Amino acid sequence: MSTEGVDKGRRRFLTAATSVVGGVGTVYVLTPFVLSMEPSARAQAAGAPVEADVSKLEPGQMMTVAWRGKPVWLVRRTKKNLADLPSNDHLLVDPKSTVPQQPPYCKNEYRSRKPEYLVLVGICTHLGCVPGYRPDVAPADIGAYWKGGFLCPCHGSRFDLAGRVFQGSPAPINLEVPPYKYLSDTRITIGDDKGAA
Amino acid sequence: MKKIIIAVMLAVLPALATAAEEGFHLDKAPVNLHDKASLQRGARMFANYCLSCHSAKYERYSRMAKDLGMTDAEVKANIMFASTKLTDHMTVAMRTADAKLWFGNPPPDLTLIARSRGADYLYTYLRSFYLDSSRPSGVNNAVFKSVAMPDVLWKLQGMQEPVFTIETDADGNKHPVLTGLKLVTKGTMTPAQYDKAVGDLVNFLVYMGEPIRLERQALGVKVLIFLAVFFVLAYLLKKEYWKDVH
Amino acid sequence: MSTNNKFMAWIDERFPATKTWEEHLAKYYAPKNFNFWYFFGSLAMLVLVNQILTGIWLAMNYKPDATLAFASVQYIMRDVQWGWLIRYMHSVGASAFFIVVYLHMFRGLMYGSYRKPRELLWIIGVIIYLAMMATAFFGYLLPWGQMSYWGAQVIVNLFSAVPFVGEHLSVWVRGDYVISDVTLNRFFAFHFALPFILAALVFVHIVALHKVGSNNPDGIEIKKNKDANGIPLDGIPFHPYYTVKDIVGVVGFLIIFAAVIFFAPGMGGFFLEHPNFDPANPLKTPPHIAPVWYFTPFYAILRAIPPMFTSKFPGVLVMFGSIAMFFILPWLDRSPVKSIRYKGPLFKIAIAIFTISFIILGYLGTQEPSVGRTWLARILTILYYAFFLLMPWYSKIDKTKPVPERVTE
Repeated sequence: MSTEGVDKGRRRFLTAATSVVGGVGTVYVLTPFVLSMEPSARAQAAGAPVEADVSKLEPGQMMTVAWRGKPVWLVRRTKKNLADLPSNDHLLVDPKSTVPQQPPYCKNEYRSRKPEYLVLVGICTHLGCVPGYRPDVAPADIGAYWKGGFLCPCHGSRFDLAGRVFQGSPAPINLEVPPYKYLSDTRITIGDDKGAA
Repeated sequence: MKKIIIAVMLAVLPALATAAEEGFHLDKAPVNLHDKASLQRGARMFANYCLSCHSAKYERYSRMAKDLGMTDAEVKANIMFASTKLTDHMTVAMRTADAKLWFGNPPPDLTLIARSRGADYLYTYLRSFYLDSSRPSGVNNAVFKSVAMPDVLWKLQGMQEPVFTIETDADGNKHPVLTGLKLVTKGTMTPAQYDKAVGDLVNFLVYMGEPIRLERQALGVKVLIFLAVFFVLAYLLKKEYWKDVH
Repeated sequence: MSTNNKFMAWIDERFPATKTWEEHLAKYYAPKNFNFWYFFGSLAMLVLVNQILTGIWLAMNYKPDATLAFASVQYIMRDVQWGWLIRYMHSVGASAFFIVVYLHMFRGLMYGSYRKPRELLWIIGVIIYLAMMATAFFGYLLPWGQMSYWGAQVIVNLFSAVPFVGEHLSVWVRGDYVISDVTLNRFFAFHFALPFILAALVFVHIVALHKVGSNNPDGIEIKKNKDANGIPLDGIPFHPYYTVKDIVGVVGFLIIFAAVIFFAPGMGGFFLEHPNFDPANPLKTPPHIAPVWYFTPFYAILRAIPPMFTSKFPGVLVMFGSIAMFFILPWLDRSPVKSIRYKGPLFKIAIAIFTISFIILGYLGTQEPSVGRTWLARILTILYYAFFLLMPWYSKIDKTKPVPERVTE
């Protein structure tokens, strides 16, 4: 046992080189473990675009479809609903939809491709509850200003019929509009907007 | 000590030698997972002749399309008869209860059949149906006695008759042993074409048993190269430190 | 004091970090003459870590439900990103664990590592081996293939051979009259829990080792020759000398391990048995069932013993007895020397016959029984037992060579 005459430089170099290669190897080994926790092929298949047919929807009615396990609302707004929207603007956090909670083609006053049909992800932007559809006007429990919208049961966040959040709600931003496109006048694909006009 | 080992081995070997396999000779299946054209032909054959009764319920059409280099449109036109969504598993419409009634046994799922039976077995099995009037389906199989499956490929292959040879067993009794098959009615394919078609089908079944296989082997080469470099470094490091030890 | 030293001082006042480091690594003196056979202890720990890590990740996607289990394994193999690699690491790892541990045990047999003062160390090791076998047995049911199912059926039925209570005991183990969903569920619970007990046992094994010190190929106690500072003359600090050496062993092992995982994960049916790609069918036994290779020597012993007095219990006893032999081994060896290097021809012959018997029994366990094979298995079972039971006699009369004072190169 003796440590005389040791080439310290060589020893240090080899230690460093082995450590680096070993470290790289460890990262390589851990990578599959990290990636295996990403959505699997099954989850991705379930997250594939879904089709919805809105032809049976009466004005003022709402239907819900599941996309990526989340509720997606399809609301057929009445003429009056659409006319009422601008009157909410002074009560809203983000009336002009500046926060990108919608695809560019829905950054308009109706937050939709066609004014009549609203497509929204029905998840509250506060803590993820599903708000309820409240088309009634000036209900006692909300207030005289209400012209129809969505009320979250968890913490009382309020959204209008374009999914825009009212000031004073715990939710910070508007409801999300998913990517979608029209396959025909009344058939909508949710989750896919490629090749749409 | 060596003498004793040899003596033990001599005593043991005869008992081990009885392990020789009996039964019909299995032909070598022409498996080549790099041959995408063969795999695609096999997939089409599987969809046309197998998938109406047998499922492949762990394989998705979309996975197959990607791995075999087929476009979504090709898969929809040539393979997908029962499903509408590309990400669906390759299932069959037939219900298990019906299948039991029709065939006695439900046709097994084929996703993993190449891993449980082996490619050579499948290749031989699909080419070894022969006429046997004692069976309800009119056919028997040289490697699967009293098989319940009818010979769904007979139009392609034609019909075969068994060839028996009289053999004498250890006790001196003579009995017929199935040693070969003879084509008696021609099919739409020549024997060479038929062997190739079945080869494609088995190739596809081998792919389906483990879709990741090619990727796994390609990654393995890289991993081994990395480890070889690591080994050299670790060895030099060990040598360097052990200069201290006298 | 530098910041670093201050930090370590702060820690050391509250937790013996430096003390532990020195006692078990930097100032743990191991004999300098370790050879190839001394890699397998650290490798066994590596494989245990591999099994626990991959096992936890598999459990994230596996479903211990008889209707879902088989499909969930295929889900892991096909749908989960990198699931195939994690599953192969686990299934190949199981076999690798046994290979490594068998070699580790064989090292102990050769160099007398079970002799005084290491009897307890050895016994803890045998308990670890038993815990491993239990873990492997529980785990083998989980893929819910034909071999999983019928293998578990056969092994659990061994319990029914126990006199008087056996019939009920096997029902109790299964929680049902056949292997069923209930059995699968509880086996999953045990399979998940046991590895942590295994890890605890490994810790105890190492504590015991560091108390008595490592044996070596010469079977010499290095603590008998110390220098003025009380450091063994033939010892070197475990760190850095054996850490750098073990890294070489680890990488060498990983090369073989990776080669199997990436190029032959089923190992021709030895690591993943072919019938296990068919889902479990309680109504149809596969034509030929055999346990996984690491159990086959004991399975061959079990089959070799004929039923006696209309009971299959003797076979079960002989099989468990063959493992129990390891527990009494420390007191069977009467040789004045520890290592095979200084033992005489009788021991060398005995260990050779024992090893060959074990390997051939392992082969026979994979084969269908025949009259010839059963008789061969009986002879080999006797030879297996003879290695242990005749040891007090042959180790005493054996000619030994003088053991040197210091370790040899």
